[in-house]
Amino acid sequence: MSFQEHEKIHIKQNVKRDLTKTELQVLAAEWSEHCSYKSSKRHLRMLPTTGSNVIVEKGYDSGVLDVGGGYVVTVHIESHNHPSAVEPFGGAATGVGGVIRDILSAGTRPIALFDGLRFGDIENDLQARWLFKNAVAGIADYGNCLGIPTIGGEVEFDTCYKNYALVDVASVGFGKKSKLIKNHANVGDFVLLIGGSTGRDGVGGSQFASDALEGEDRSAVQIPDPFIEKLIIEAILEARDEKCINAMKDLGGGGLSCAISETAESLGVGIELDVQKVHLREADLSPDEIMVSESQERMLIITSPKKLPKIKQICKKFRIQCSMIGIVKKDKIMHVKNGKKTLMHLPADFVARGPLVNRPKSKPVYLSKIPLSPKKKIKESFTDILLRLLSSPNISSKHWVFRQYDHEVGIRTVVKPGFDSSVLRLDNGKSLSVKIDGNPKHCYLNPRQGAIGCFEEACRNVVCTGAKPIGMVDHLQFGNPEDPEIFWTFMESIEGITDYAKSMNIPCVGGKVSFYNETNAGPIKPTPLIGVLGLIDKSPLQPTPSTKNNVVLLVGETKDELGGSEYYEYIHNFIGGTAPQVDITASKRNMKSVLSLISKNLVRNVHDCSKGGLSIAISEMCISGKIGCDVNLENVSILSSEISMFSESHSRYIVEIEEKNLNSVKKILSKSKCVFAQIGIFSGDHIIFKSGSESILKLRVDKAENFYLNSLEKIIQNG
Amino acid sequence: MKVGVIVFPGSNCDRDMYHVLTDVFNLNAEFFWHERNLPKNIDAVVLPGGFSYGDRLRAGVIAANSPIISDVKKLASKGVPILGVCNGFQILVESGLLPGVLLKNESLNFMCEWTNLIVKNNKTPFTNKLKLNQKIPIPIANGEGRYFVDEKTLNKLRKNNQIVFSYENKVNGSVSQIAGVCNRDGNVVGMMPHPERAAEREINQVDHKPSSLIFESLIETMGVKN
Repeated sequence: MSFQEHEKIHIKQNVKRDLTKTELQVLAAEWSEHCSYKSSKRHLRMLPTTGSNVIVEKGYDSGVLDVGGGYVVTVHIESHNHPSAVEPFGGAATGVGGVIRDILSAGTRPIALFDGLRFGDIENDLQARWLFKNAVAGIADYGNCLGIPTIGGEVEFDTCYKNYALVDVASVGFGKKSKLIKNHANVGDFVLLIGGSTGRDGVGGSQFASDALEGEDRSAVQIPDPFIEKLIIEAILEARDEKCINAMKDLGGGGLSCAISETAESLGVGIELDVQKVHLREADLSPDEIMVSESQERMLIITSPKKLPKIKQICKKFRIQCSMIGIVKKDKIMHVKNGKKTLMHLPADFVARGPLVNRPKSKPVYLSKIPLSPKKKIKESFTDILLRLLSSPNISSKHWVFRQYDHEVGIRTVVKPGFDSSVLRLDNGKSLSVKIDGNPKHCYLNPRQGAIGCFEEACRNVVCTGAKPIGMVDHLQFGNPEDPEIFWTFMESIEGITDYAKSMNIPCVGGKVSFYNETNAGPIKPTPLIGVLGLIDKSPLQPTPSTKNNVVLLVGETKDELGGSEYYEYIHNFIGGTAPQVDITASKRNMKSVLSLISKNLVRNVHDCSKGGLSIAISEMCISGKIGCDVNLENVSILSSEISMFSESHSRYIVEIEEKNLNSVKKILSKSKCVFAQIGIFSGDHIIFKSGSESILKLRVDKAENFYLNSLEKIIQNG
Repeated sequence: MKVGVIVFPGSNCDRDMYHVLTDVFNLNAEFFWHERNLPKNIDAVVLPGGFSYGDRLRAGVIAANSPIISDVKKLASKGVPILGVCNGFQILVESGLLPGVLLKNESLNFMCEWTNLIVKNNKTPFTNKLKLNQKIPIPIANGEGRYFVDEKTLNKLRKNNQIVFSYENKVNGSVSQIAGVCNRDGNVVGMMPHPERAAEREINQVDHKPSSLIFESLIETMGVKN
């Protein structure tokens, strides 16, 4: 625990005495990068956060969107990278727990989980494999026990995450608008701590996460208990129904320190707290440890004194502990006591609003040295290349992962995991389509365009189910922000995301920044992750097996953009080239036109064209339909076959239609001036790519299926 | 007529089951928190899935020893239809109302996937509208779903027609691919797959009718009784 020079000055200017030991501890936790966003906060303000669907209330830990009929959807995203890199099972599990409580704190029931996982090269790196297996098991163990379905996400492997892990979890909640918690507090209200006991686990966790991972600081990793979390969810929703909750906040990073200071600050009140009242796991915990412990499954509730008996009764029913730890005061002071002795007495806004810093930025030197194309030619045939791509860990089916997650519980999952985007049915008759996407390989080569690309890809995925994007959350993960080159990549990403969000009119309703993601070999590649929520007024376009004689159209332009593609990285082992760029006008136009085709029931399937390019998108449709496809690459682009098959250009959709609808579809696409082409037809039992009359790639679908479905599991089974 | 849905701490398919019973099949259902008593005149009881008591000690074992189970036992002995799904099945097995045990899946992992059931006994209150050997497309979601009994008990189950459902394919290493069994009298049925997740068209892309027949069988049974 140490303060930087400007923080010491800030303290001196505001507090005319020496700080107590407790005050120092609390400030160190609250002013850590993890809690205070000191490097990023002023820049996050550029993101558009308002829109017709957005509901803003003070003190919400999650974004709230009005979905009509008196219902709201809430969403939040978090990561648990540092803990997961040390203890993947517990780190990933507690990451799930934290984000769920953010959803709960708005007064909504969590109805779905999504996770984005990133590890080193699992084919060759046994530690990466161990981290991967255990993170998946941790998420499964926690989410399944709670009965919240994990319905989507993504998994990616890249050597930049060697000895490290990115574990991102997003959660979506649903509830009645009238039951949202309208955070407020009256003087004399009681401050309650509900749920798990406070222990030594996670002491100093937020500071641990605000530094490069050195050594194994195990005490900073929290211990998961999904059973208590489940009881808390039910107890809190019951207390919400009984109108017992004036304000509520999850205890996350920084524990009580942050929860108390931020609640007091956002509600404009003071809170007087006695650490002796906190229920403990170990009796000898010091007051300072109590204040910064990040023990899990705890919620802070503010209630009126007359509602206390009811809350106690609810907690008794669920057998969870409830301690009255403090009282709401008028003075806007965070006052921490140990019995009668005062340990801390500072203005809540001083504590909650840590001094921000202006980080310098400079364009990284590496960007001017990126090679344009691989030097060596590859001798393999295109057929062998496709087979290798289909079995690559980044592309092959993630069935082994999502099979371990209960993705059906809650009986809302209409489009199941494994497709472009998962879809939930809502009680108002509408459907919600949700997808999270990241692409560090693109972002490394072009941080701005890479970030826009992740955003566009997530939008494309929800569009494939017929949903119109209504909101987004972002999770920005970078190395050490004190390095100007890294900070430059952060700024590029956030500016790109802002540009795209503004031009598409998609509000950012939540997000998170995670810095200091560094491995022994240096910083991770810039890894922004974007989650997009889309709304469908009726049923979604349900992915169906592709069928014989249906026509394949490609909407969108294929460009010479092999940089950061799986083809370059996995097949050529080459990092370089031009990463895909999003043409915002084309992006908008294609999205609108595809949605219009879907709403007119003119299409059988729409599939996103992304990782692996056209070759993989077509193969995936063939595999799910157990049918071949004959594609003429000359209709795809005038560029080389290699580019046509493997470029990962954005804004592209593969549209499958019945022949009878061909003319109407072409008419709509021409009228809206979309770039599109009829590129093939489903038939036979081979995936065939032709250049003119010459077939340059021919692969049996059943062989493709075997490699695509089983490769990941084979790697895992090998230990 | 009333169906009781028992809720233990950690049950998590209770609301799904309630939705299907009431909104889809228009039954009168009521939640019973594990500390309540079950009324003597209740017409059927469902133990839904989930992780009662966080699966601590062993899936279902703590719930099986809770006071409400003695009410369930009394009702069972009177012939009241009782259905345990997933964790509900594990509880019924642990309480001794059904034979056998449920072990960790052969894959050693939690498994959530769609499979086909085959109806092996269509004389129970939950299968009387199904045809013998009828296929039911349905999802499983469990970590401990591998049904096990010894050879001697298996023969007894066969002889008494106590095997209600079996999996069409090898799914998790269950003895004889058993997915669901009943007691000697046939009124207590336990099954690992989730009929409440398969009885609506929107969430079942294959065919929701066979799973619906499980609930329609119960309606038929209760109708006949009254």
